[in-house]
Amino acid sequence: MEQNTLEISHLTVSFPTDRGGFRPVNDVSLTVRKGQIVGLVGESGCGKSMTARAVMGLIRSPGKVTGGQILLEGKDLLALNGKEMRSLRGNELAMVFQDPMTSLNPVVPVGKQVEEAILLHRRVSREEARKRTLEAFRNVGISEAEKRSRSYPHELSGGLRQRVMIAMAMVCCPRLLIADEPTTALDVIMEAQILQLMRQMRDRGTSILFISHNLGVIAQLCDYTCVMYAGRIAEQGDTRELFERPVHPYTRGLLGAVSSLDRKGEELETIRGSVPAPGSLPAGCPFGPRCGLCDETCRGACPEPREISPGHIVRCFHAGEVPV
Amino acid sequence: MKNRQKELAELHQRRLEDGNGPVSAFRADLFRMFRKNRAAALSVLVILLLILAAVFAPVLTPYSYDDMDLGNRLSPPSAAHLLGTDEGGRDILTRLLYGARISLLIGVVPTVVSILIGAALGTIAGWRGGITDTVIMRLADIVLAFPSMLLAMVIMFTLGDGLVNVFLTLALLNWAAVARVVRAETLRLKNTEYIEAARAIGVSGPVMLLRHILPNCLPTLIVLFTLNVPAAILTESSLSFLGMGIQPPSASWGLMVNAGKNYLYSAPWICAAPGLIIMVAVLAFNFLGDGLRDALDPHQKNR
Repeated sequence: MEQNTLEISHLTVSFPTDRGGFRPVNDVSLTVRKGQIVGLVGESGCGKSMTARAVMGLIRSPGKVTGGQILLEGKDLLALNGKEMRSLRGNELAMVFQDPMTSLNPVVPVGKQVEEAILLHRRVSREEARKRTLEAFRNVGISEAEKRSRSYPHELSGGLRQRVMIAMAMVCCPRLLIADEPTTALDVIMEAQILQLMRQMRDRGTSILFISHNLGVIAQLCDYTCVMYAGRIAEQGDTRELFERPVHPYTRGLLGAVSSLDRKGEELETIRGSVPAPGSLPAGCPFGPRCGLCDETCRGACPEPREISPGHIVRCFHAGEVPV
Repeated sequence: MKNRQKELAELHQRRLEDGNGPVSAFRADLFRMFRKNRAAALSVLVILLLILAAVFAPVLTPYSYDDMDLGNRLSPPSAAHLLGTDEGGRDILTRLLYGARISLLIGVVPTVVSILIGAALGTIAGWRGGITDTVIMRLADIVLAFPSMLLAMVIMFTLGDGLVNVFLTLALLNWAAVARVVRAETLRLKNTEYIEAARAIGVSGPVMLLRHILPNCLPTLIVLFTLNVPAAILTESSLSFLGMGIQPPSASWGLMVNAGKNYLYSAPWICAAPGLIIMVAVLAFNFLGDGLRDALDPHQKNR
């Protein structure tokens, strides 16, 4: 069997608080296979970005990874020291951030910033780095690469900047690209183009962990999807399976809450209640208070993940009880 | 440690070789600034004139700065002495020209030194945080805790008179304020997404500070520079007034103002000329600073 690009098992991230530790990421396990795009979807604050940061080794103090394992092609990332981690970042492991408006250095021309990424990780001359930068710009569909590379970030549109970010992330051909809501700040046309780019990258052999809160985007793009709620993965499975046969009440709620032109005139379904405040999670299943199926078992303990069909894992006591 | 040094050296070399990149952009920015901002252009002219006057002082005047003419004390402006003479019969214009040498040096040299020290310590403190931050910032607090004039006097008294000691004193006084501002700026920048993005491509500490943090502090540093140059000139004149610092018959503008104060009513020209020059120089530096800040801040460029 081919080696997995990324294997996260039982990852826990904790922040110390006055009332004990708060865990934005709690016992998260997921796998990204080679050449796969895995989606990570959930509401704001559910721990998606924190999971991504944990993989990049960019969790800010006082937060800390307090448990679990992160393997990049079998290499244990949590065991690496700062220097080793730095040599991986931008090299085998790259990240595209949410807001292209603020994630480029405003006083450095964008071409130079991409060159920097190359020079940090490859022993090449300045001219060679420049050549590769222009090539990367063309690959992500930036026209007039020569001219654009000398522009400052504020002179470029949001879509162009996000392309620059992607070029920067891809220029060293990473094994794994983490895309943290890369299209949230863009309009739909740019979004479609960026998604197309993601697919091209996958086809060139880069595995992608794609974070989004947009189910439509996930459905279009991802091979495998994980739904996160309150720091845990509620349900994960092949995208098709998950969208056709959602089992966890939360996933069903999310899918039900997508508006559609077919259902004109009907009232939009919602999930009642709201996300519990950090640090005040209910005992038992974190989704319990908002769930129609919640009973004594649910209030008593947090459900462990169960595999209900190959690759389809759910954290719910009632999974499979109710027909789809 | 050695490795780091090498890294920095390479970085510097790369920048030197990089002739047509930022440098030409910088030139273009300056050019645009002069076209748009008349005050800044005029300021540059004034500063250049002052520098030329300082350099060519011996050519421009028949007198020497310490030529006494006791028969001609406190004489008002005339054809022989365009700006009059002082209490020792020395030509005031001549002393102004020679004074420009010392005053400009005193404005620029210690300011540059203190900004280099302050920027280095400030970025390191802000970036590293923790114990490094505490040590550096408490040191700065100690410097700032003393009334600056008193501290300057203590340092000058310990070191003795002389130009180099004035440089040292002013540098020692001013780095702390610079370090504070730069540290605050670094803390702000540290939390921006582009610094995080830079970390995500594997940029390490020293390179981060030099390439990403410091360039973003540049507008702040330029403003600090233009505020500190005139302040340094004024501090020096206070020290000279107190008998520490530049000693007569050497000339600095501050010294001349202070020398003239006893004759303010009988010979106001002694004070007026150097006072006016100080004002012009201070204003020129401030306008230049404003112009530079606007030109170098990429957010304010409209192309």
